[in-house]
Amino acid sequence: MKKNKRLSKKTRTYILMALPALVLFAVFNTVPLITGFVYSFTNSRGYGSFDFVGFRNFIDLFQDSRVGNSYLFTFKYAIVGTILVNVISLLLAVGLNSKIKFKNTLRGIYFIPNILGGLIVGYIFSFIFTYIIPTLGTTLHIGFLENSILASESAAWIGVLIVGVWQAVAMNTIIYISGLQAIPADVYEASAIDGAGKWYTFRKITLPLLVPFITINFILSTKNMLMVFDQIMSLTKGGPAQSTESISYLIYRNGMDGGQFGFQCANAVMFFIVIVVISVVQMKITSKKEEQL
Amino acid sequence: MTKTADKKVRRLKAKTPGKSNILLTVILILGCITVLFPLYMAIIIALKSPSEMTNDIAGALSLPSSFSLDNFAEAMRVTDFWHSLANSLIITGVTIVLSLVIHSMAGYAIGKCMMRHKGFKLVYFYIVSGMFVPFAILMMPLVKETAIMGIDNMFGVIILYVVFYMPMNVMLYTGYLKNIPLAIEEAAEVDGSSTWRTYWTIIFPMMKPMHATVAVLTALGTWNDVMTPLVIMSGSETTTLPLAQLNFQTQFGTNYNLAFASYILALIPILIFYIICQKKIIGGIANGAVKG
Repeated sequence: MKKNKRLSKKTRTYILMALPALVLFAVFNTVPLITGFVYSFTNSRGYGSFDFVGFRNFIDLFQDSRVGNSYLFTFKYAIVGTILVNVISLLLAVGLNSKIKFKNTLRGIYFIPNILGGLIVGYIFSFIFTYIIPTLGTTLHIGFLENSILASESAAWIGVLIVGVWQAVAMNTIIYISGLQAIPADVYEASAIDGAGKWYTFRKITLPLLVPFITINFILSTKNMLMVFDQIMSLTKGGPAQSTESISYLIYRNGMDGGQFGFQCANAVMFFIVIVVISVVQMKITSKKEEQL
Repeated sequence: MTKTADKKVRRLKAKTPGKSNILLTVILILGCITVLFPLYMAIIIALKSPSEMTNDIAGALSLPSSFSLDNFAEAMRVTDFWHSLANSLIITGVTIVLSLVIHSMAGYAIGKCMMRHKGFKLVYFYIVSGMFVPFAILMMPLVKETAIMGIDNMFGVIILYVVFYMPMNVMLYTGYLKNIPLAIEEAAEVDGSSTWRTYWTIIFPMMKPMHATVAVLTALGTWNDVMTPLVIMSGSETTTLPLAQLNFQTQFGTNYNLAFASYILALIPILIFYIICQKKIIGGIANGAVKG
């Protein structure tokens, strides 16, 4: 009896400890999430009165070419970006983890892009794309470099991609390095004794043991790339001709100022579902492939 | 030679004695240009005057003819640098302190009771699932909510950051509990210490490595974030360092020298922080990713 009472007092303390987090989370995550869901069924413009319109917004989403284009751009950007980021950062991690001089300094330098804000990085690259590279193109008479990449409707997304990848590589490299360090040296020794070549060892030993880290990196970079915002804001503002309008940017632009509050809430709900589905699928696929030592 | 030092660094990895790979070192050093070139451009443009901006490539890449900090002084005046810096420092600092207290406490309570009580397990998954909620869906309702509550200001931004980083941080803290032996708490309890006291005097200090990780991840995220202050504080005069760059775009006009001086000023604090605690930052991030 006495013990029981003491236990419950203990549990009460634990509940009190978790309570501030729980309340804050409910008020500032769950409440707005539900509000967003509710607004997505209305024709609210963000102010004044509004009516419930059922699933109209969701039906309209599939017919709105601007929304369609933003999904196309965002997915093109996220897929190409995630692959590029992971290939580059894996190569870089292998390089930075092998026997080289100035190892710590080099790691320190390669990590710098990660600590800088996306907006300012975007502004700096915007200048390089608009002035430095065209000047270089004119001087060397390289035709396709003479005009700013950001002004081209078909190529502007590559400009955004370069900046996004430039920043994202740093973080993934660090994660891959910690993955490489987690592989015990005797595994390599064993394969060396067996006479395995370097490429063979990498493919058959390093890569399978890195799968958990590849999973983390793919999920992290897909999610970050799908939510691209800062770079768009500073590089293109969605242009030219809305060719680089990401989903987040469109929701911000038209939902906040464009009088499409309800409609963009529906867009955000769609986006949320898409992100959950992608994350779950990614985890399902990769969890089957994990190797244990 | 450096060999002994090198050996010490990777005594775990390199069992076979061998030389550093010079070719690879050179390639990696050359690769640094991709990282450093944009920063170099930003710095030299910030130091030049508008009349020094030429149209030939050699001129564009060269160092300024004279060293002058005029652009920086002017940029500080135009963007009200010290105010934005103070705001950014306050927002990031308070967010970190609140996160360490609120998130570690929740992570501890959840981790302790998850196995025995279904309720705590539910709370854990409820909070951690917040990782999948994109800011885009919360953004517009939050603008209304914070306005109604009268916290469409710095305080509101801080509260929102505490909520946004909660899923990741709670997960990290809960995971870290495995490293703390149960016997320690039991011993404290036998000595008559309450759960509350045991936590603050014994457990909280023991979670120091995780505090470092959480602080670094939260700091980098909040310091560089533009979107939250942009939408939440849009009605007020207060700006953060990144937000000031966005707001003063029009004022910079085509004066790139002034704009770049301002960008450099905005980057300096985080670069200093990075140079001082580089090891902690990189270690913290690797730690967070592996545990997560």
